[in-house]
Amino acid sequence: MKIKAKNDSAFIQYLLHLGDNALIMSHRNSEWCGHGPALEQDIALTNIALDQIGQARNFYQYAAVLINESSNEKQTEDSLAYLRDAWDFKNCLLVELPNGDWGQTILKQFLISAYQYYLYLELQNIQDEQLAAIAAKSVKELNYHLRWSADWVMRLGDGTSESKKRMTDAIDAVWSYTYELFEVAEYENILSVEMQCKIREAWIEKIKTVFGKATLAIPNSQWKQRGGKLGVHTEHLGYILAEMQFLQRAYPGSEW
Amino acid sequence: MKTVSSEKAIWHLLESVSDPEIPVLSVIDLGIIRSVLFVRENNHDSSDHQLVITITPTYTGCPAMDMISKQISSKLEEAGYQNFEIKQTLKPAWTTDWMTETGKEKLRSYGIAAPVGKSFNNYDLSKLKIPCPQCGSENTSMISEFGSTSCKALFKCLNCKEPFDYFKCH
Repeated sequence: MKIKAKNDSAFIQYLLHLGDNALIMSHRNSEWCGHGPALEQDIALTNIALDQIGQARNFYQYAAVLINESSNEKQTEDSLAYLRDAWDFKNCLLVELPNGDWGQTILKQFLISAYQYYLYLELQNIQDEQLAAIAAKSVKELNYHLRWSADWVMRLGDGTSESKKRMTDAIDAVWSYTYELFEVAEYENILSVEMQCKIREAWIEKIKTVFGKATLAIPNSQWKQRGGKLGVHTEHLGYILAEMQFLQRAYPGSEW
Repeated sequence: MKTVSSEKAIWHLLESVSDPEIPVLSVIDLGIIRSVLFVRENNHDSSDHQLVITITPTYTGCPAMDMISKQISSKLEEAGYQNFEIKQTLKPAWTTDWMTETGKEKLRSYGIAAPVGKSFNNYDLSKLKIPCPQCGSENTSMISEFGSTSCKALFKCLNCKEPFDYFKCH
């Protein structure tokens, strides 16, 4: 498939979408810092948060270069993270949902890690060299996120009656947000239809395998929540941004 | 005029720049220096060369990377170099396969188990036999795939009972 010109705004929007998914997920994970149920798990989630923020930085840095090349703007990774408003963010709704309990946190992490893993596997073969390089680098880190979260889904789903109930409740709460991962926005057309199918099939296969081992079921409901990819968010994103962006809004340009 | 021998001098100089998180390792041991080149500048007379050092990040979020760039800059300035640039590249992605054997040995004597195997194998850490850096026993078990920095996992030795860090094969 022919790749669009680099300064094409669709490609820039796609980079921002990838960066926003990683940044908002990272922020949610960082909320567990100091609150994990055991020190090792606290450290695991904050490590994942760190990887996600590193990946977000790579996407934003690249987007900033392309934006500045094609306009008079002077964007940086920081201005993209701290000075855009909710409607400019293109992350999927799933990543902005509140953490809930440990079960819901784990479930979200698993669903998203599986998605990012199979997405990056495909993106590393894409024609755009820099995006392919970021994906190839990130997929190595996603390996760990996916294995860790899948282990926990199995442990909790196939655990006590209480842990199983928590996981079932979590699935009921977030499943309707998973459809959006695979509803292709216009700027995602950089991925060929074959790639999109491959990612979706690999994802659902992984979910089925892990849910099977965890004695958990995929809900029958087809109710779909959507909007994040196009900038229409839940009220939760505003609160995340208020906390994350406060310092740069109140003291513009301040540095450590 | 800068020559090939002066590129060797730069490599030598870089041996004294250490990882801020694991100070026993130099940036060379870590395998993050991808190239050291003196590049002729087109807009200057032909004797003017710019030093270009290309480094690659270990993990995308590793906060040590910015620090390492700064340390390389100040080391070069101390040695009298002014016309230089430090570039970052993501491709090919960093792997522990580039870590030197001396680096691995330094890790062990520092109390961190060195990466086992090659990165192209997608290891399940809990199934690996990681020798304890304290007593050498292979009777060890994984506590967590994540540790105090991005590059490490937590293990414990069932023989000498010491917990230890394992530098993950990546």
